[in-house]
Amino acid sequence: MTDAADRTATEFDAVVVGAGPAGSSAALALARAGRTVVLVERGPFPGSKNVYGGVVYGRVLDDIVPGWWEEVPVERWIVRRSTMMMTGTQSLSVDFRTQAWGSAPYNGMTTLRCHFDAWLAAKATGAGARLLTSTVATGLVRDGAGRVVGVRTDRDGAELRAPLVIACDGVNSFLAKESGLLPRAEASHHTLGVKEVLDLPPGAINERFGLQDHEGVDMEILGCTRAIPGGGFLYTNADSVSIGVVVSLPELASSGVRPEALVADLKAHPSIAPLLRGATLREYAAHLIPEGGYDTMPPLAADGLLIAGDAGAMTLAAGLWLEGVNFAIGSGYAAGRAADRALSRGDFSTAGLASYRADLEGQFVLADHKRLRRAPSLVLSERVQQRYPGLLCDLAEGMFTVTNPTPKPGGLRLTRTVAARHGVSLRQLAGDTLRGLRIFG
Amino acid sequence: MSTVPSGARRWDGISFEERMATVDFRVGDRAHISVDADVCRSCTTKACVSACPANLFAPTADGGILFNYEECFECGTCYMVCNEAGAITWTYPDGGHGVVFHHG
Repeated sequence: MTDAADRTATEFDAVVVGAGPAGSSAALALARAGRTVVLVERGPFPGSKNVYGGVVYGRVLDDIVPGWWEEVPVERWIVRRSTMMMTGTQSLSVDFRTQAWGSAPYNGMTTLRCHFDAWLAAKATGAGARLLTSTVATGLVRDGAGRVVGVRTDRDGAELRAPLVIACDGVNSFLAKESGLLPRAEASHHTLGVKEVLDLPPGAINERFGLQDHEGVDMEILGCTRAIPGGGFLYTNADSVSIGVVVSLPELASSGVRPEALVADLKAHPSIAPLLRGATLREYAAHLIPEGGYDTMPPLAADGLLIAGDAGAMTLAAGLWLEGVNFAIGSGYAAGRAADRALSRGDFSTAGLASYRADLEGQFVLADHKRLRRAPSLVLSERVQQRYPGLLCDLAEGMFTVTNPTPKPGGLRLTRTVAARHGVSLRQLAGDTLRGLRIFG
Repeated sequence: MSTVPSGARRWDGISFEERMATVDFRVGDRAHISVDADVCRSCTTKACVSACPANLFAPTADGGILFNYEECFECGTCYMVCNEAGAITWTYPDGGHGVVFHHG
């Protein structure tokens, strides 16, 4: 094997690329089924290349790691969800809180990816998967018939061979691109997330956000990204807060606005700045998000190949719901189980792997995407982005401003006046409300 | 090392260099980004310059593009927004190298 041309070929039942939530879940399912599986990670440790908002919604873990909340590396448990609309000088929030989310079995948690992803990868290795870090899968290995039979790596070109490869290599998935399942570069299907993690003492977090102990808040913000479609977020960690924006990639590019300037805008807003006073930057980060939704989702299987997680565009960024890690876990685990079934039957063809997609369609992973397929276009529409935050804030200001001695305006007249000021007709307002109800209802 | 002036913009009282200094980069010897400056000279938008969150691209006086690869988030924004086919070639850095997020 000293001859470079005679490349080492190692046999496994399956090769999983990427030790994020999708890859580790796929490897876990395979290892539990007694299959030999290698999990290839390009970073020095799982989670080292990953960035999210972020909140993980744990229900998907109930079946996979029973009692997961007893051991998961959590920052805070989300008990407060605040949806905020803002203009430069106003904000209007729907602020929901429930103590039910603050005890087992919980709902959502803030966690940092280097902790969470490492925890999930350790589940896979504990079940017998082999984790290979600091290794890039540089390309697919195909047999004479064009079927995928492994990956090439950047470790002296060594190949890892298996009848099945599960590509969980993230939003840029070069393996899915090479296979033809994913387009080479489609900016309109992506958003850019930029995030700052700011140090803030736990006591200050609890006081400023109305929290106790390990309780956390999740804020989603509309109207904070200038003329660029997108939104903002703020999450509390144990002793830090994560704040950032997610913006449409093509419109960020055409605007000429620097991404970090948008985060600076948000941090300086009168409703946000007091929450962050004295906080210092611990880490700045950026990552792409696949947001094309159900209708742009790629085929999920080819001969010898399955894709899961961000590589398969499985994130939900539908305004009210911002989810991704749960879809990665759900799809990864389903891919691992589909791979196990294929191994039992010895059929690795596209048709033989079709049960993977059927499984996802029957559970939340694709059912949620299908249900909310038209949500991204509404949430990112010009009226929702550019007009409604100001319209709703002005409506609230009109309702709550005491105008003595002028009598209070009637609600309908106020709505008509405010809507007209923002260039929206009552017909459009009613139409969008109905559309929203149809999409989210 | 740095060919792109990045200290010009200050937000929240910190310079861009101070911002990037919060990120752990394990820089490899091989550049994982390459740019064909000849193609860039015919580009009218140069969207990579403003959109790259790490501010790695800078226009040159002759219409080309100068770039750094060292402090790259590996997000993919540059090649996604690039409207000139073949101008930006982008791969992952070698295994174990590149950005290491500790609070992602």
